[in-house]
Amino acid sequence: MPDYNEETLAELLRTLPAPPEAWVRAAQEIPLARRGLDDIVERARADLAFREALVADLERALQDAGYDADPALADAVRERLSF
Amino acid sequence: MHVAESDAHLVARCRQGDDDAWRELVERFSRYVYAIAVQAYRLPPSDAEDVFQEVFARAYENLHKLRDDNAIRPWLAQLTRRLCLDTIRTSSRVQPEESVEPEGADDAIAKLDEALVVHEALATLPDNCREILDRFFARDESYRHIGDALDLPAGTIASRISRCLVKLRSELEGRKPAAAESGG
Repeated sequence: MPDYNEETLAELLRTLPAPPEAWVRAAQEIPLARRGLDDIVERARADLAFREALVADLERALQDAGYDADPALADAVRERLSF
Repeated sequence: MHVAESDAHLVARCRQGDDDAWRELVERFSRYVYAIAVQAYRLPPSDAEDVFQEVFARAYENLHKLRDDNAIRPWLAQLTRRLCLDTIRTSSRVQPEESVEPEGADDAIAKLDEALVVHEALATLPDNCREILDRFFARDESYRHIGDALDLPAGTIASRISRCLVKLRSELEGRKPAAAESGG
């Protein structure tokens, strides 16, 4: 067991700084990305009608477009598109 | 006081497709993977970001291949090391058989393992202690900044940090060595 004096603890706490938040978020979204998050966001930015459908009824628009509209994916789409 | 979920349990939930568990797993090991890339292998930020994302992408894809769920930490460390070395080889255009392992990488990773144990203990402290220690030491925020963010008089920050370090030390010393080694 190391001697966890104040100086050692301070040094070890400093040893693991946080990575940029965007990196962590991207890694956390890997399961969503595999379910089509990036495609949905890209299409919503390029296709006004699809975006409007998402704004009107997100879950239904996702289902109509052939995506699995699970709540986590829907929440991530809302966050990425800011609505 | 938080009771930290074991690495093995967290990995098992990830394997069942639990998105919340995956987010927690990334949160738990993100600093570790990042530190291996930038401290042990001294990768520049753009390469470190590529390695960071690739580590978690491969971990997600290959989690079912992990034979011992408690071994997630060394497994991620090995994956990160391998990807760092590939990146260094590619950028320096050396022959595959040439060693590109930076001097002191093993020692640096051993220190990161120790630091991760301290961070795991930190995660079990009450919110106020966890936040103040993380902001001061890991995020390098000033007393004033911490005081503003947590609505505390700046003059009390030093004593609070000191008290929280005592709690952290107590938490670490109360752990059995086997518990401190869990996760790898």
